[in-house]
Amino acid sequence: MIDSLPPGWLLIFGGLLIPLVRGRVRAAYMLLLPLLGFLQLLVMSHGDLLQLSVFDYSLTPVRVDRLSLVFGYIFHIAAFLGMIFALRVKDTGQHVAAFIYAGSAIGAVFAGDLITLFVYWELAAISSVFLIWARRSERSYRAGMRYLIFQITSGVLLLAGALAHVHETGSLAFDYLGLSGLGGWLIFIAFGIKCAFPLLHNWLEDAYPEATVTGTVFLSAFTTKMAIYALARGYPGTELLVWIGVTMTAFPIFFAVIVNDLRRVLTYSMNNQLGFMVVGIGIGTEMALNGAAAHAFADILFKGVLFMSMGAVLLRTGTMKGSELGGLYKSMPWTTGFCMVGAASISAFPLFSGFATKSLIISATAENHYTFVYFVLLFASAGVFHHSGIKIPYFAFFAHDSGIRCREAPRNMLIAMGLAASLCIGIGAFPALLYGVLPFPVDYEPYTATHVITQLQLLFWSAVAFAWLNWVGLYPPELRSVNLDSDWIYRRLVPSTLAPVVRAGARLWNGVLERAGRRITITLQTVHRYHGPEGILERTWPTGSMALWVAVLLAILLLLYFF
Amino acid sequence: MQDDNDTDGHAKRSPGAATKFARGEKKYWLDEARNVRKIYVGLWIVCALLVAADLFYEKHIEYAIERVVGFFGFYGFVSCVLLVLAAKQLRKIVGRGEDYYDR
Repeated sequence: MIDSLPPGWLLIFGGLLIPLVRGRVRAAYMLLLPLLGFLQLLVMSHGDLLQLSVFDYSLTPVRVDRLSLVFGYIFHIAAFLGMIFALRVKDTGQHVAAFIYAGSAIGAVFAGDLITLFVYWELAAISSVFLIWARRSERSYRAGMRYLIFQITSGVLLLAGALAHVHETGSLAFDYLGLSGLGGWLIFIAFGIKCAFPLLHNWLEDAYPEATVTGTVFLSAFTTKMAIYALARGYPGTELLVWIGVTMTAFPIFFAVIVNDLRRVLTYSMNNQLGFMVVGIGIGTEMALNGAAAHAFADILFKGVLFMSMGAVLLRTGTMKGSELGGLYKSMPWTTGFCMVGAASISAFPLFSGFATKSLIISATAENHYTFVYFVLLFASAGVFHHSGIKIPYFAFFAHDSGIRCREAPRNMLIAMGLAASLCIGIGAFPALLYGVLPFPVDYEPYTATHVITQLQLLFWSAVAFAWLNWVGLYPPELRSVNLDSDWIYRRLVPSTLAPVVRAGARLWNGVLERAGRRITITLQTVHRYHGPEGILERTWPTGSMALWVAVLLAILLLLYFF
Repeated sequence: MQDDNDTDGHAKRSPGAATKFARGEKKYWLDEARNVRKIYVGLWIVCALLVAADLFYEKHIEYAIERVVGFFGFYGFVSCVLLVLAAKQLRKIVGRGEDYYDR
């Protein structure tokens, strides 16, 4: 009975019923769903639990093994903590979207074939965008649109890749794929978009900070980690990933230092943490894959705490700009404390979760003689402490007193942060608990004298560097600014190059209209308001053209498959 | 810890929720400049002690250069200083006004 219910469905279909219940019953119901889902995982049998035949192909909608289970566990925990955090949100639509989103991410990690994966992949993309749009501003609408284009493109590439793959190999099974054929490459890029590979990354930094207070907490947990799982399943030991990953650890931290929006700083640091996991997958040994899975697990928790604490600050002060915050420890002491636990965890301080998980990956680079990679990862570790570990708590809660006095975060938010922070410390202090659920047996002891002291040296000297730069006035101040990233290409360069063409098209269109009969013109003037040079379609045309290109891409790939 | 019911709206700009006042309230330990100085000096002392700690145990490590006393401290410090100085230059290239994309 339990085995015949696919993981994730409890959340997806259970979430649809939320509008039917109210008040305390709704709160209890919302917390019960992820708990039940978690229990289901504990008692499920392993193996291919559900198989279907469609035409000549066999599909495996549910496949349970240790790799999918570790992601299944943490996704349920993230959904549970996120729901506590969002318990008082009155906007029912956000709850439904969050449940469908979490459920489809869970479904995806248990998908045993590429078609099932595609379905959950797209469902996660579409449901998650509502967490951005729920902020109900022009800005979030546009950011959500750009986000959606990236997510849907990823889905289209995944489907095209799956079709090419089945053409090449005759199998739809989602196991090791590799980069041997066209299908393998297309799926690789599809995963790469959701995993925020360099140059494909900017949807993350663009959209997440524009989501609602609670929406960003959910977003931070699922999409990118689902992609990490997919890469670990399909491309372990692909050396290209080591180089992609190491780039991801290094370049975002330079941006993180100068970005003003503190939730955007966290997205850059998330990009950096994903880099560590991608390096682990690229190395592909049992230890490195364990490290990638363990670090994804830990990252969901500490990034959760950090996004929750920043969400609480945004809720109470109405701003997320480092240049306007400061001194909030006086008003929000609990939030400050939880944020610092998250900061210590992402920075990998001994006794905090990152220390037990990131070191698996870093040690694996040294053991496999990736010397250059090893030293870049050390640099990135120092860097992540610098911007996530120090900059976030410092500019929000300390620094110069902004004079803002507000209330402490609501109780449900404090409980969510407290639970997540306890788990961060729990994993750090008792790593064996997490090591026990990793895909492969773990033979690694993080608490050796060498590891503890060298790590403390790295971190404390990084801290003193921050303090010294501040002391002598070399540290760049927080400025109200926007930093150009790869989004500039599609938000500025392409639109400004193509604008004359569009204007010419619009003029031609106007000419045709003038020649047409008067009555038609009058009727069409309404249309003109939307299509003309100042109209809505002209203003948002980059969105439309991108959607068109996606469609063209799909068509070409389908043709390729056909022949 | 306070309880309340105003969390339904999201990121609503509600200037009323946060007030600005600083006069006549409790003085915090960190408000004193000399206490901040204590933390700063304390940090340097901890760093020095951590380097000294390198003399008292045997490093089990992959690369020879890592055996140098205080290597990780030096690496962390230099990394962070270079990171910040480089980021300042980066800001000159990619930094734009806050309304850049809204214009």
